[in-house]
Amino acid sequence: MWMGDFNHFNLLGLVLQSVFIENFLLVNFLGMCTYLACSTKLKTANGLGIAVVFVLTVSGVLNWLLHRFVTGPGALSWLSFIGVDAERIDLGFLEFLLFISVIAGFTQILEIIIEWASPALYMSLGLYLPLIAVNCAILGACLFAVTRDYPFIPNLIYVLGSALGWWLAIALIAAIREKLAISNIVPGLRGMGITFIMSGLMSMAFMGFTGIKLANPAPPQVATWGEEPAAENEEPILDSRDPSLPTISFLSLSH
Amino acid sequence: MSSSKQSVLVFFTSQVWTNNQVLIAILGICSALAVTNRLSVAITMGISVSFVTAFSSFFVSLLRKYTPDNVRMITQLAIISVFVIVIDQFLRAFFFDISKVLSVFVGLIITNCIVMGRTEGMAKNVAPIPAFLDGLGAGTGYAIVLIIIGFFRELFGFGQLFGYQVIPLEWYASAENPEGYENFVLMVSPPAAFFLIGGLIYVFRKLQKTA
Repeated sequence: MWMGDFNHFNLLGLVLQSVFIENFLLVNFLGMCTYLACSTKLKTANGLGIAVVFVLTVSGVLNWLLHRFVTGPGALSWLSFIGVDAERIDLGFLEFLLFISVIAGFTQILEIIIEWASPALYMSLGLYLPLIAVNCAILGACLFAVTRDYPFIPNLIYVLGSALGWWLAIALIAAIREKLAISNIVPGLRGMGITFIMSGLMSMAFMGFTGIKLANPAPPQVATWGEEPAAENEEPILDSRDPSLPTISFLSLSH
Repeated sequence: MSSSKQSVLVFFTSQVWTNNQVLIAILGICSALAVTNRLSVAITMGISVSFVTAFSSFFVSLLRKYTPDNVRMITQLAIISVFVIVIDQFLRAFFFDISKVLSVFVGLIITNCIVMGRTEGMAKNVAPIPAFLDGLGAGTGYAIVLIIIGFFRELFGFGQLFGYQVIPLEWYASAENPEGYENFVLMVSPPAAFFLIGGLIYVFRKLQKTA
């Protein structure tokens, strides 16, 4: 439950993978709307990035617990200790509803706490919190983590890394957009048009990492400091990502 | 009668063309980029989003007088996720292959800014029928953009449409014919979607200025 087949080396790989190889903004395209609305100033982008890191990490963990103990397959079996046989109840269809409620509820609570604890922080960060409730990066990371069946610690690392990657991407792009704002661009492309094309170029830069697999739970041949060798025939949870996903196909298509 | 009918229909058409949510309001970009490298997937996604937007606008509008203002975001999210669950279960039951490809992106319709934008920006202020048409129009406009992008990406990326080979196989480069045609691999990869949307925004602005 805590580590599964992952060793420390895999965790490091998972960080690199979620920050760079599968960058949420530039490779998975999640959190686009918030990014397009809030990336004109580097300062705004940083505020939003910090808020996303915080919300995604906490709600990622909460949703993992929710999946493990409420909605996952056979998750309700712990009810047997109060004499209820709920082994076969599958609440999987409620997952979306519960996940989004956790995220929205958590951002709401966080907003109240920040407002009460530190008005200064609230002034700079609080504005973005409602936006984050509907940021697809948050829900997306929670759903990806559940789809890939991460154990607890890798899940924590994965959501944290995804959030950091998102922050990195939005900060990089905000810096470029500050320069774009004072450049001379074709009228039809001014504003959003050029932003898309620039994001495409950034995304191509991140594509350079595609295909590097660092986080497979099977132990790497050279590394000897892993705790113990994991089972050989483990299904590669992270074939860098689900091969059926449409956005990967760059390498798999070049034969 | 006819004039009032027309004015209701305006809710639909303005969303499809003049206020196209993807190209003018720049909303719903995430899925427009991520699920468009196959035309069939793009169409499924477009229909799903239209369904969810239309019905959640309808119900948000129906409940608009009974929803306290400070819990309206959560109420809207709950209504939206109910319809997303319906769509998700439906796709899993009848179109399993496509739902595998869409994977988490069906769930992400919940956070699709178009849905939230329409319920928050329109449905909570107007009667159910206009709200329904408005949502349907927004979804249709989104679907059209998705189809255009999906068309180009599948045609040039795979040489296929709906999974059928369109560009003749004899044209392709082979051992005997090294100068032949090759698929444009960039089209399949994520950045191409950015370039296509950027280009579409440009074309759309040009068209609207002359129209």
